[in-house]
Amino acid sequence: MLSVVPDTTSKINFTDDNTRFDKAGIQFVMNPHDEFGLTKAMQIKESTGAELHVVHVGPQAFEPVMRKVLAIGADKAFRIDMEPADSYTTAVQLAAFLKDKDYDLIIAGKESLDYNGNAVHGLVAAMTGLRFVNAVMGLDFEGDKVLVTREIEGGKETLETRLPLLIGGQKGLVKEEELRIPNMRGIMMARKKPLEVIPPVEATQAVEFLRFEKPPVKSAVKLVDKDNLDELIDLLHNEAKVI
Amino acid sequence: MNILIFAEHNQGKPNKTAKELASYARALAGEGGTVTALGFGLQSPEDLYAYGVNQVLNVDDARFDSFNAKAYALALQQAVEKTGADVVLAGQTADGQYVGPLLAGLLGAAYVTQVVSLPENSKPLALKRKSFSNKAIATVQIDTEKAVLNLAKNSYGLHENPVGGSVENFAPQVDDAVFDDIRSVRVEKATGKVPLADAEIIVSAGRGLKGPENWGMIEELADVLGAATACSKPVADMGWRPHTEHVGQTGKQVAPNLYIAIGISGAIQHLAGVNSSKNILVINIDPEAPFFKAADYGVVGDAFEVVPKLIEKLKAFKAEH
Repeated sequence: MLSVVPDTTSKINFTDDNTRFDKAGIQFVMNPHDEFGLTKAMQIKESTGAELHVVHVGPQAFEPVMRKVLAIGADKAFRIDMEPADSYTTAVQLAAFLKDKDYDLIIAGKESLDYNGNAVHGLVAAMTGLRFVNAVMGLDFEGDKVLVTREIEGGKETLETRLPLLIGGQKGLVKEEELRIPNMRGIMMARKKPLEVIPPVEATQAVEFLRFEKPPVKSAVKLVDKDNLDELIDLLHNEAKVI
Repeated sequence: MNILIFAEHNQGKPNKTAKELASYARALAGEGGTVTALGFGLQSPEDLYAYGVNQVLNVDDARFDSFNAKAYALALQQAVEKTGADVVLAGQTADGQYVGPLLAGLLGAAYVTQVVSLPENSKPLALKRKSFSNKAIATVQIDTEKAVLNLAKNSYGLHENPVGGSVENFAPQVDDAVFDDIRSVRVEKATGKVPLADAEIIVSAGRGLKGPENWGMIEELADVLGAATACSKPVADMGWRPHTEHVGQTGKQVAPNLYIAIGISGAIQHLAGVNSSKNILVINIDPEAPFFKAADYGVVGDAFEVVPKLIEKLKAFKAEH
């Protein structure tokens, strides 16, 4: 389950009287958390011969990102044709898509770096009843057992479960240097791979975005001379009241 | 309005997140509204009465001793039925973020995360949440009857508001099969250190430190301040520090009272993870480092000169206060 988000260096602006995100001039990329999941999926595909599908809820404009995923090595892509409106309606689409499928492992990112809902995959788990682990930084198979490592406060926890399983993946699932980029052969092959467009099912929004604003601008930094650190301590103690 | 909170604790004592949720819930409930806290093995309910919780439901069932998201979500769902809660609050913690969407799915409720304000409107509920990695704040309206909210850490703060509360034993009906489905086999935590998530002060360092062997002074500074340590993405990627310390857009998002950035230039992706901090102090040798634009306090200087001096000054300060 793949999400497409503005490039992480994007300047964020709004339009229509601050009611809509302004997509003008924004480069859209695969959600960074999903890149770890996609690479993990590729590694599993290569070691087990599994078939790898990718599904995305979004408009036609994001198809280049789907083609990139096919070029990296996915076998088939599905695009559920709608502009995502909120986590709930997106989750309804994905749950409906999964209903007549038989996947052993479903990987999502723990959150998408646009609306930061941190919601869709968990909602899908509740709607489908799939076993679910969030914030996954490690995934290993031991016979029928699946050992899943999730991030917890101040450390990590290893859980034992089995397939089928839905995870919210994140950094750690694979190493940064293992992340894949498409090569020329992959790009050529991707042109022939199926990208199926699926009409959305009916769903009512749970949440509406009314308007957006920018966070308040910070006042100018107070610079303290490196030879006068007593002043810094005084500011932290008496002004910021943090020490 | 009636509110239910998922109250997490450390060894039986409600943690800071639980107290912040209680503070927020009290204000949201308003006059005559009831705030109920559901805890699993909670031992000092009075710590929650102090922040406005009227009723504590405590689960005393060994099966719930270690966190199981599905089982906890089912227990919360049953607590919602029992209390008639309109809104359930969870915290921006590993467990809160795991159980939140499951519960919302079970309840057919809207799930809104990164909440930073009380509602400006109660019917329908409209409130502010962070979006686009802290680069924007969105006002959202909730169109479902019930809602599950996840409150952004350190966004509302702790507000004491003592009420007379009571505690009740609560026994949720959850099949053993749910616990068997996903079992915890191992927990690894860094011992003796302040966890990043709960830290009031975070000391973070970047590539400017030149190598992992130079982290001694960072840890010492953190020790003196009772702070947690953190690092930038390149530092984690190069293996100088563990990935669990990486803060930023693809790492942890933190919001301490004081974030000290040493030898970190302040890339936009790093700022996205830390710009909710109440105060930011930047120490960097490069006066043009973009981090200074996002900082409250700054020192232009060589970390290897400034940090040891700062440690000495702070030790003297701490000895007097």
